[in-house]
Amino acid sequence: MRNLIDIADLSVEEIDDLIAKAEDIIADPDKYAEKCRRKKLATLFYEPSTRTRLSFESAMIELGGSVIGFSEAQSSSASKGESVADTARVVSCFADIIAMRHPMEGAPLVAAMNASIPVINAGDGGHNHPTQTLTDLLTIKREKGRLGNMTVGCCGDLKFGRTVHSLLGAMSRYEGVDFVLISPEELRVPEHVRTDILKASGVKYRETESLQEAMPELDVLYMTRVQRERFISEADYVRLKDTYILTPDKLTDAKPDLSILHPLPRVNEISVAIDRDPRACYFRQVLNGKYIRMALIMKLLEVE
Amino acid sequence: MLIGTIVDGIVIDHIPAGRGMELYRYLRLDELSCEVAIIMNAPSGKRGKKDILKINEVIDLNLDLLGYIDPHITVNIIKNGERVSKTHPALPETIRGVIRCKNPRCITSREQELEHIFKLTDPDRRVYRCIYCDTRAK
Repeated sequence: MRNLIDIADLSVEEIDDLIAKAEDIIADPDKYAEKCRRKKLATLFYEPSTRTRLSFESAMIELGGSVIGFSEAQSSSASKGESVADTARVVSCFADIIAMRHPMEGAPLVAAMNASIPVINAGDGGHNHPTQTLTDLLTIKREKGRLGNMTVGCCGDLKFGRTVHSLLGAMSRYEGVDFVLISPEELRVPEHVRTDILKASGVKYRETESLQEAMPELDVLYMTRVQRERFISEADYVRLKDTYILTPDKLTDAKPDLSILHPLPRVNEISVAIDRDPRACYFRQVLNGKYIRMALIMKLLEVE
Repeated sequence: MLIGTIVDGIVIDHIPAGRGMELYRYLRLDELSCEVAIIMNAPSGKRGKKDILKINEVIDLNLDLLGYIDPHITVNIIKNGERVSKTHPALPETIRGVIRCKNPRCITSREQELEHIFKLTDPDRRVYRCIYCDTRAK
């Protein structure tokens, strides 16, 4: 039995297979409408996450399966003090697969160690969120037609942004990917990402504070939010906050086929004026999230 | 200072100075009924000072941890007054229930009965990370 706790649990071949399956689902969704009939997905969400939960639930429903679960810890037995391990054992009696979101890092791994059904990590605190990374990869593949030989810019909070760390890890396994890491000094990628991912893979990367300067060379721009609470100095936040807000004028020097991604929710880091630009992919990205989760559910349930 | 010679037993040598007591506790030597000596700050040719543990009985020890504490530690098995083996314990792949994860956001900090487990992720730099949250062991 397989689980998906960390994107590194999947080989490049497995990721490519999932992407191929998702693209086949997109091409002919009717073919998959009954694939998970009589199967149940348990969405165990210990903290609210509307988008991810709805994505999982709609994925299972479109496969012909059904969904049980809870959407906040207060409505679960966790509020009575039940451990994650016990909840996982109990839910294994009712469902065929679990998608778990939990504020504590490592909780889905604990569930996977104790459940008798596959467990998908739907986000554990600031740690891992592998289905977001799969979503990002499917989006890049669909927008660019490939996953290698491109320059990917990651912009914003690169220190605490788990989606960026996972994307760097996953993309660095493909040939010919260069990274431009665009962030204020305070929010540069942490040392362990630099050592364990960037240096270990030998991928080409450079760091800059200027989005404008990096823009002309980018094939993909992955935006994240710069949050006030991440800065030690309020003055630095005020000085830098607008630098990382994407507005139409900042796209002047961008490639005509740039793809702009964002894990969402967006606050103000991408101006709504960009939404009309065909290079904005973030809403298509949300839809891709449903399809890649369908492919993943099928894989873990060993449904052909 | 004189400590009696061991006839049958184990000498754990070249322990970094100051860590002998820590190792004594990790190995649960306080639970033994045989003689155990902790020698602290013994002179060392290579490092100036070292700690030594002498156990006056050949027992099964969980030696995995020794490699984690320091690769220079040696384990000498003494039989009939002669050293019959001298080994440097290897770095263990997994360390269970010994080091604790300090990350307050780790599930182990909320669920107290979970076993703390660390995996060797970089043998060259001797890096261990919590299997739950990937926090590096200090």
